Amino acid sequence: MGIPYYPGCTLSTKAQNYDRSGRAVAAALGIELEELAEWQCCGATFPLMVDDSMALIAPTRVLYQAQQAGERVVTLCAICFHVLRRSQALLERDPDMLERINWFIEQEYSGVHVVHLLEVLRDDVGWDKLAEQVVRPLTGVKVAPYYGCLLLRPHDEIGLDDPEEPTILHDLLRALGAEVVDFPFSIECCGSYLTVKEPQVSETLSMDIVASAREHGAQLIATACPLCQFNLDYPQRETEAGFTGNEMPVVYFTQLMAAALGLPEEDWGLDSHYVNPAPAIEGQRALADS
Amino acid sequence: MNYRALIIGAGISGMQAALDIANSGYEVLLVEKEPAIGGHMAQLSETFPTLDCSQCILTPRMVEVGQHPNIHLLTLSEVVDVQGEMGAFRVRILRHPRYVIEEKCTACGDCVATCPVVVPNEFDRGLAARRAIYIPSPQAVPAVYCLDPEACLGLFPLACGKCADACQIQAIDYDMRPETIEVEVGAIVVATGYELYQDEAVMAYAYMSHPDVMDGLEFERLLSASGPTGGQVIRPSDRTVPREVVFIQCGGSRNPEHGLPYCSKICCMYTAKHAILYKHRVPEGQVYVFYIDIRAGGKGYEEFVARAIEEDDTVYIRGRVSRVFPKDGKLMVWGVDTLTNSKVEITADLVVVAAAIVPSPDSRRIAELLGIDVDEFGFYTAADAEMTPVESGKPGVFLAGVGLGPQDIPETVAQASGAAAKVLSAFAAAKAEERARRALELEPEIQNEAVVQ
Amino acid sequence: MRVQISIDKVRGPFVRQVEEISGQGLLDCNQCGKCSAGCPVVAAMDLLPSQVIRMAQLGMEEVLESNTIWICASCLTCVTRCPKGVDLPRLMEALRQISLRQGVAELDLGALPPELTKEVPQLAIVGGFRKYIK
Repeated sequence: MGIPYYPGCTLSTKAQNYDRSGRAVAAALGIELEELAEWQCCGATFPLMVDDSMALIAPTRVLYQAQQAGERVVTLCAICFHVLRRSQALLERDPDMLERINWFIEQEYSGVHVVHLLEVLRDDVGWDKLAEQVVRPLTGVKVAPYYGCLLLRPHDEIGLDDPEEPTILHDLLRALGAEVVDFPFSIECCGSYLTVKEPQVSETLSMDIVASAREHGAQLIATACPLCQFNLDYPQRETEAGFTGNEMPVVYFTQLMAAALGLPEEDWGLDSHYVNPAPAIEGQRALADS
Repeated sequence: MNYRALIIGAGISGMQAALDIANSGYEVLLVEKEPAIGGHMAQLSETFPTLDCSQCILTPRMVEVGQHPNIHLLTLSEVVDVQGEMGAFRVRILRHPRYVIEEKCTACGDCVATCPVVVPNEFDRGLAARRAIYIPSPQAVPAVYCLDPEACLGLFPLACGKCADACQIQAIDYDMRPETIEVEVGAIVVATGYELYQDEAVMAYAYMSHPDVMDGLEFERLLSASGPTGGQVIRPSDRTVPREVVFIQCGGSRNPEHGLPYCSKICCMYTAKHAILYKHRVPEGQVYVFYIDIRAGGKGYEEFVARAIEEDDTVYIRGRVSRVFPKDGKLMVWGVDTLTNSKVEITADLVVVAAAIVPSPDSRRIAELLGIDVDEFGFYTAADAEMTPVESGKPGVFLAGVGLGPQDIPETVAQASGAAAKVLSAFAAAKAEERARRALELEPEIQNEAVVQ
Repeated sequence: MRVQISIDKVRGPFVRQVEEISGQGLLDCNQCGKCSAGCPVVAAMDLLPSQVIRMAQLGMEEVLESNTIWICASCLTCVTRCPKGVDLPRLMEALRQISLRQGVAELDLGALPPELTKEVPQLAIVGGFRKYIK
């Protein structure tokens, strides 16, 4: 099965490990992520003002490019997913806006369905099927699923999962054999792009999330968003004084999938983290294996 | 047992109790101190939360009361003595002279045209004038004129006499004198109602006497289609349309230190109604409401307040007002918005104060006559506020309406029906007992069975 | 100093502009505070999010000087929970837009630690530009 795939800017640069592990695990499950022939930035923020449609042009172009490839387009980046899914919803309910943007971009966008890979795994593959494909389960690895904001909210337009008590990452991790650590901060905000304006604010928020996960016994945090991953991981980086020894690695769910599906280690992409997740994954599994 | 009920007060609750009892086949004596029935509800423009025209729903009831064969209506009358107990109360009623013969008067109005005296009309809360001979409102029941002896140029000796000259059917009788009648009744319902708190100093709006600062009932008259302005909102001082209107909640209430500790309960809702009705009449106007809490407990009430805010742009400001004073032909209102931590000021065209509800000034006297209890404010107290809410401590004396405490129309009507049901069950019990007694007299041998039944 | 409240403010151009840009009715908010109760960034804000709406309701333009509108991360926790369905992130965006359109620039990339700008994901920089600079 092939699905048109929109990687977005960050997955082509800073988060190549997410892109690589995502493509690899999809392929292992018989899903070919077919990168759009032509694509550009989605805009990175969904425009919240209703009096200015300029900011809708970028996501509509992406949606049009996706429409050329098929009926739906899959994303990995939670922010691209958010922007494109909300743009899709807006253009569905506002035909005047659709006409205006189409006129401006000189294309005929008419509709495409934006999905996240997590939805494909849940709805097309299924957790049981996924579990059957697991060759090296994450037995004993305590993982805290961290959803963040934009993957879930606003519920009426995103609709991926319950916005207050989501389970999709929980279910995925369980299918991989991991020990899921439920923690109250799993839907709290990491500070998002405040990291470029008020880094100390996003760092405080992120470290509260990490602390909560640790308090609940997690060894790893799993996420679906490259900005969450950065905000949670970067403040824990090695300084001149070295590591504190209390670090909490933060990985993409696709990286854990790659490990559990027994893919080659280069597909896991564990080399570009500020806190190395490998010991937490492998150490525990070595224990479980022995 | 005397199967006749006395009802003191002919506002909506007294009327409801009277109709329920009368429709069950018993005789009712309905005593009202004013010249007409209907109470404060007759003064209201529209009712919350349905925005029904108050007079439209009330007038048919008033007419029914006025025409009911089982209801004896005594207006301009006061209960002055009560003796005896349930089943046999002996009641003395003072009837003030109307100086107009009820049976003769056709309410033609010829008398009014000749009367030279002009005084404020109480029914319109002083917003309009009346003559010394007058009818309180066009819908008044009974539809009969009355002569105000205080305002009249002189009855003893007669100083003017123009109205009698004008009355072609000789319905005016200056020689009427107060009379006291004595009746026996089996049960009594007390429904003496309320007035509005008047203490300007306590409300801290020293300009209550300013024509453009008014209470809620005055504003009702201003809104009323049958009111002095025909329902046009114009401010009394210069008859211009007020563009910015400030409503102040809790006038004297929720102020245990200087005024009244209790919540007047209906003001939040009637103020929201005022805001809506004002906007209907002045769409370009703006309403502000200073409030402490918005108390909208009741079916459809919260939604009603939301409507005032969301559809009619009412700006609620959370906080008390400190002062109101005239400034350059307008009213300066100083207050606070605790939500933004700001002292605020509004230059208003009109200020309406939701003055607290207080019991009718007669309540303590009536309570003493009847031997029932009032609380420290003069509201009647039920024997048990939870389980017997319409029963006084004295058997045969029942309570209904705002005399018990602040409440809205539906509650008052329900309570009145409750009090009427209590009267009717007392009558029914006495009837059953009488039947049993009579049966025993006829056939003494079945005594044991009858007692069991 | 007393804040003047008048029809020229509560129904004035500032209120209209906020409502137009956001598509939200300011008076739909009944100030329950649910947004502020759940906002993850309140500690860094000088006004609670609910107070920002309140000032906007009263036409208090000085709300534009609050850091709250810039600290808001558009995490959408508030709109998910608002009992009245008020889209507060859109109101915050409207207030930012009014400032930005007046020529205010809230982000100076040059002032950020270079080691951070080197590391930060692209989407944060693009998002930051769109949120903080016209």
